Amino acid sequence: MNTTVEKTGRTWKKPPFIANPAIRWALIIGIAAYVWWAITTLPFDWERIQQGIPRAIRIFKGAFPPSFLRGELLFDGFMESIKIAIVSTLLGLALSIPIAFASASNVAPKWLYTIGRGVIIVARSFHPVIVAILFVKAVGFGPLAGILTLTIYSIGFVAKMLAERIEEIDWGQVEAIKAAGGGTFVTMLYAVIPQIMPRQIGLSIYQLDSNLRASAIVGIVGAGGIGSTLLNAFGRYDYDFALAITLCIIGVILVSEAISGRIRRNLW
Amino acid sequence: MLRIKELVKRYGDEKAVLKNLNLEVPGESVVSIIGASGAGKSTLLRCINRLVEPSSGSIELNGTELTKLEGKSLRLARRRIGMVFQGFNLIERLTVMENVQSGRLGYLPAWRAVSRKYPQEDIDRAFHLMERVGIAHYANKRASELSGGERQRVGVVRALMQEPEILLADEPTASLDPKTSRQIMELLRALASELQLPVLINIHNVNEAKEYTQRIVGMRFGRIIFDGEPVDLSNDAMDEIYAGVPAEERGGAESSTHLREVAAK
Repeated sequence: MNTTVEKTGRTWKKPPFIANPAIRWALIIGIAAYVWWAITTLPFDWERIQQGIPRAIRIFKGAFPPSFLRGELLFDGFMESIKIAIVSTLLGLALSIPIAFASASNVAPKWLYTIGRGVIIVARSFHPVIVAILFVKAVGFGPLAGILTLTIYSIGFVAKMLAERIEEIDWGQVEAIKAAGGGTFVTMLYAVIPQIMPRQIGLSIYQLDSNLRASAIVGIVGAGGIGSTLLNAFGRYDYDFALAITLCIIGVILVSEAISGRIRRNLW
Repeated sequence: MLRIKELVKRYGDEKAVLKNLNLEVPGESVVSIIGASGAGKSTLLRCINRLVEPSSGSIELNGTELTKLEGKSLRLARRRIGMVFQGFNLIERLTVMENVQSGRLGYLPAWRAVSRKYPQEDIDRAFHLMERVGIAHYANKRASELSGGERQRVGVVRALMQEPEILLADEPTASLDPKTSRQIMELLRALASELQLPVLINIHNVNEAKEYTQRIVGMRFGRIIFDGEPVDLSNDAMDEIYAGVPAEERGGAESSTHLREVAAK
């Protein structure tokens, strides 16, 4: 094909993301100015950074090669982390389901919706580490603080995602059960639960995986599990043991992520 | 006997969808309701089983006033009214048997519903009805695995499991191909006479309405402007019912999604 295209004398440029040029430039200049201000006002102490580098090198040197001598301690720590993760996932899920129903605007009355959403917002508003610090203060060092922390963490995520899934359901199925004379509970059971079940199972597996990871972190502030073992190793300058723990955490998380990913893929 | 008097339905402050509508359906008759989209057909059916709340007027089914019912008495009234939907509205992930048994949910104690321990009598009734419409061999299949025509049969059986005193069918064939659509209409007609059940069918296909029902009600702008036998439905009457609607839409299917959205609010 060899057609000649008539010249139109017109050009084309992709329209800018923000149409109004005043807003566009104000935003660009504003962000640039803020970044400059933030960098110049934050207290970077170059001398201390320089002193810190040899210290960091010393730590890394001390950490190599990683020491697996105290394997039993390592194993016990992991077992406790796994226990914390499983118990808190189960507790979190059991509480998430009613909270999710309460927080779905299409099935819950307004007053209940407000309460349900409130619970989710509170559960989500703090990072697990902060919640863990509070619980360690309240119930003392150890796995109970970890379980309570991760239960709240699970509610924040699972209840929110599940509530969103409930809001997306095919309402026709609900109407059909209502039209047959089903009461509220039975309608939820027959018309809503089957629709959200695949998401529920996927979320559960994801949350178990996620809690296992988080249990290592909240342990560092004293909430039990492998994180506490890691904290103790650091406290006693056992950097080689700390590195062994870190490597094992990475290994366990990789394995759990692979398993949970595979299960969730096959579920769909 | 279904008796509707001065029924008005208004969504918010908008113009009324149903305007002082009066309709009587004596026992055992199959009535089809025709009319353009937005004429109020769906709203009318949904007012009867209160999926839509009527604004005023009265609906009486075999002596029970339906518009004032609340809570438990509403549920008890609903189980006497079967409904078949355009989109089938089956529980896709449950088995055909569970779907069929969900027509009994108004009668079952919650523990039986939860544990799926349906009474033997209901299981017998289910198999009997499923045999009748030709889906008994699908009892353990998921509803989502069935074809459109098969799903609508499940929908019909579910409604019949309620042992209804009236059957409402909201465009039961609009999601089906022409052949399946005729089979379902034939089935509804046959079941109505076998079970001596009055049936109210919203329908877009005027030819099917004429062929399968004894009485046709034509609606326009929330009012009934035609009520008679299929032979009485002259071209003039058709023009009046569908005035302003392009000819190709009169026989064909179209969705009532908008209405449903309004109803959901």
